[in-house]
Amino acid sequence: MQPLELSAVDLVAAIRQGDITAVQVAEKFLDRIDKLNGPINAFLNVDRDRALARAADIDARRKAGKPIGPLAGLPVAVKDALCTADQPTTCASKMLAGFRPPYDAEVVSRLRQADAVIVGKTNMDEFAMGGSNENSAFGPVKNPWDFTRAPGGSSGGSAACVAADMATIAIGSDTGGSIRQPAGLCGITGLKPTYGRVSRRGLVAFASSLDQIGPMTRSAADSALVMETIAGHDRGDATSLADAVPRYTSMLEQPLTGLRIGRVAEHFGAGLDPEVARGVEEAFAAFKAAGATIHDVKLPHAKYGIATYYLVAPCEASSNLARYDGAHYGHRAEPGKGHRAEPGKGHRAETTRGQRAEPTSEFESPLVEMYCRSRAEGFGPEVKRRIMLGTYALSSGYYDAYYAKALRVRRLIRQDYIDAFQSVDLIGGPVSPTPAFPLGEKTNDPLAMYLVDMYTVGTNLAGIGGISFPCGFTRGGLPIGFQLQGPALSEPLLLRAVDRYQQLTDWHLRRPKLPA
Amino acid sequence: MTTQPTAAEPFTTIIGLEVHVQLQTKTKLFCGCSTTFGAAPNTQVCPTCLGLPGSLPVMNRHAFDLAVRAALALDCTIAPFTKWDRKNYFYPDLPKGYQISQYDLPFSSDGRLEVIDPKGALWRDVRIIRVHLEEDAGKSMHDEAAGTADTRIDLNRAGTPLCEIVTQPDLRSPQESRAWLNELKLLLAYLGVSDCNMQEGSLRVDANVNLHIPLAGEGGADGRLAKTPIVEIKNMNSFRSVERALVYEAARQWEEWQATKAEMGNTPKQTRGWDDAAGVTRAQRHKEESSDYRYFPEPDLVPVTVSEADIAKARAAMGDPPTVLRKALAEKWRIPAYDADVLVNQGRDLVDYFEDLATRVGEGKVASNWMQQDVLRTLNERGGTIGEFPVRPEAVADIIGRVTKGDFDTSRGREIFAEVLASGRPVADVVASMGIAAVSDDDLVSLCKELLAANPKIVADVQGGKEQAAAGLIGQARKKNPNVNPGKFRQMCLDLIRGM
Ligand SMILES: [Zn+2]
Repeated sequence: MQPLELSAVDLVAAIRQGDITAVQVAEKFLDRIDKLNGPINAFLNVDRDRALARAADIDARRKAGKPIGPLAGLPVAVKDALCTADQPTTCASKMLAGFRPPYDAEVVSRLRQADAVIVGKTNMDEFAMGGSNENSAFGPVKNPWDFTRAPGGSSGGSAACVAADMATIAIGSDTGGSIRQPAGLCGITGLKPTYGRVSRRGLVAFASSLDQIGPMTRSAADSALVMETIAGHDRGDATSLADAVPRYTSMLEQPLTGLRIGRVAEHFGAGLDPEVARGVEEAFAAFKAAGATIHDVKLPHAKYGIATYYLVAPCEASSNLARYDGAHYGHRAEPGKGHRAEPGKGHRAETTRGQRAEPTSEFESPLVEMYCRSRAEGFGPEVKRRIMLGTYALSSGYYDAYYAKALRVRRLIRQDYIDAFQSVDLIGGPVSPTPAFPLGEKTNDPLAMYLVDMYTVGTNLAGIGGISFPCGFTRGGLPIGFQLQGPALSEPLLLRAVDRYQQLTDWHLRRPKLPA
Repeated sequence: MTTQPTAAEPFTTIIGLEVHVQLQTKTKLFCGCSTTFGAAPNTQVCPTCLGLPGSLPVMNRHAFDLAVRAALALDCTIAPFTKWDRKNYFYPDLPKGYQISQYDLPFSSDGRLEVIDPKGALWRDVRIIRVHLEEDAGKSMHDEAAGTADTRIDLNRAGTPLCEIVTQPDLRSPQESRAWLNELKLLLAYLGVSDCNMQEGSLRVDANVNLHIPLAGEGGADGRLAKTPIVEIKNMNSFRSVERALVYEAARQWEEWQATKAEMGNTPKQTRGWDDAAGVTRAQRHKEESSDYRYFPEPDLVPVTVSEADIAKARAAMGDPPTVLRKALAEKWRIPAYDADVLVNQGRDLVDYFEDLATRVGEGKVASNWMQQDVLRTLNERGGTIGEFPVRPEAVADIIGRVTKGDFDTSRGREIFAEVLASGRPVADVVASMGIAAVSDDDLVSLCKELLAANPKIVADVQGGKEQAAAGLIGQARKKNPNVNPGKFRQMCLDLIRGM
């Protein structure tokens, strides 16, 4: 039995039936990681010993006839933005290098409870800020289809490790497209659930009102399986939805007859790569052939999506990342020579909240020096850019012009979707304007990089669900992604639509040519 | 009380207060950690109040309900919909780099709390702008000894629920500001909302103060009013220091005005810290004042809705506030306003003690006298709470009953009270062991005759019209038998002398 290429559904069944042991599975995957992680750099940390111990425990329980969980033995890779008590959680930032949280994220707890085997933590753009995974403090991830190209981001490591068979499934997080875009560029299936469907507790926050955790898998059926474990209400997350979790896996088979899929004409305008356009149009045709009908819909404010997103997200990020100040945990700059105050010079400290300080040559106090230098050293350039952007937009005198206005436009975008879903069930289109782009191509052009999110940010701004999956390949052999967006809590429909498509096509079964 | 400018003080002091009160909850505002004061540093913490990556807040509804109770007692309007905001600033005792607070939609606004002067007359009706809820920060301890200059951080307090109460600048003197704070503290204690312990930091006060100075010669009596720049005073750690700081600051501003004639303009509010030891306010660095907190809605929490039913529930849990209770007590027990004020100011438990006693005695004024002269005096000497006070109302009522019956007089009753307190024995035991038994009329007559015979001078004086001379006999009688009722004895002596 060759476990590497099995779907999660089949692999779990094989382990349950005893066709293969969890330890054998774990060993296969860990060996594969050993072989491929060097060039691909998808994992920041691999925990071979714990993974094998965990797998052995599952085997022992199975042999003893004791109950095992619904994901028993399934090798899972977890984005390094989710807290794990037994492995470092760094968000691919020097700021959190070696940081070990004292608790597991809710999703990680649920995965463990379901007897999944967490093999390691995946690389990402620093603090999930980026669309190419080049913003990692620990080096970029390579796209398994072409090592000279980016895997997308920010969940680039999660996408690449599933595409390269280093894990059967991965967990990602999506703030503006961070699951769907890398899934699209790496040829896998990635679901961004409705905001609040999956608990954010233990997900290191980037933009709290947009962040959502989701599965990154080879197929919609596998995503459905994972969702049954990770979705559901969490009293520890005030924004978590209380709605009951459907049996996603049992809702996949109904045919698509009568399904109304919307098509937004503006999605096919300037900036869209013609090969991507062709792949997407072919997918529309395939859905039509499967019984769906295609309808033109309008999202009048979608053109403001990027501008809105790049205000809302940095504003929240500037606040969420304030805690990384060197005072309590994470990177702290050592007091530098030449920055010290001359004793006896300068004013005395005030006692209350003013900084207790002798003035230093560059900084108003040792405390401020520690803050400034810790953050200057700990954060990478893109994180700093967004913190500055957000700080500026929230500042007095600018708040109304930027943040408050962005919130108003966000409401309009949300309303656009509500209106559109009056006449269609789902909206289809490209995931990103181009296939995987060469590493380094956009690193000096932040605006070009931001545009890779143009089709995905609307889903997050509206708080609805979205899924991306492969719908073809370019002549150069790069995957082309298709995105479906659906109303709040439409995950059963999104997963069914993609599963039906994947029953008719085999794009999702293609594998990059990698050393065996 | 007059607040018109006088020759000695040719200005009016304008004062507004900003009070932070810790709510009496078992757990913090956004996590389940204990709020008990005095635990070892950093032992009452969790990922949420430590601000660890990925941690999320969940609102403690009990804290919110307590805050609503306080706001209702302050006559505030409760918003049906309120939200949380982040107040962003860097400080080591603020681990998230922001404080979860309320900015533009506080849960309550537009209230009032009046303060009465010591004679029971209205002193000032103070309007309250808003009451909002927020989380407390931790504590920074600057260790500047021995040149180490290390700062130590204790986050046990971080996340404790805090109510911020902001008044209009309606107060007109340091004295009434202090009285108003006392009234606020009393109210919050009555509500069970806060213990208002300033030493433990559960109540903190900042004051905004400036002077209004009528300018002579510009339009006569209705001349222009000069307003000195507003100063915010921080760092006051008792109500007494609030009063002292305000007195100092008013005088300082008056001197500054005379020297500079500087008026309130577009200059930012100045912050001055109160130095209690030196008795002065000192300018603090301006950094703080110009800071921009970049408030924005807290995305990790959902807005809070408050229904009419929630408000009714909070009202039901409120009980009578002190202002209502003072009037009610005075009317019900027919005691002077002064007595009612003293009793109510001691807190709800003492009022309960008094009402228990008054019910047993059946006479409010007698019970009130015993409360003030015996119970309260000894309670103050001993310290502790009325709940722990060993002489319970039934014992005091027993003593009063025996005095009323004529078994002994009030001063003898006091001695018994003291002995009951000291020994912890029942009243009857103490009465018996002290040999206190009612003196029979026969015994009294023979004692009287014995003393009259031994004191012809006193008898002569009384017969000569100086009835007060009989007092000399009472002392002698009590020496022979301490149980003698002086009034009764005196009357008997006078009757016997008249019959001679
Ligand atoms: Zn806590």
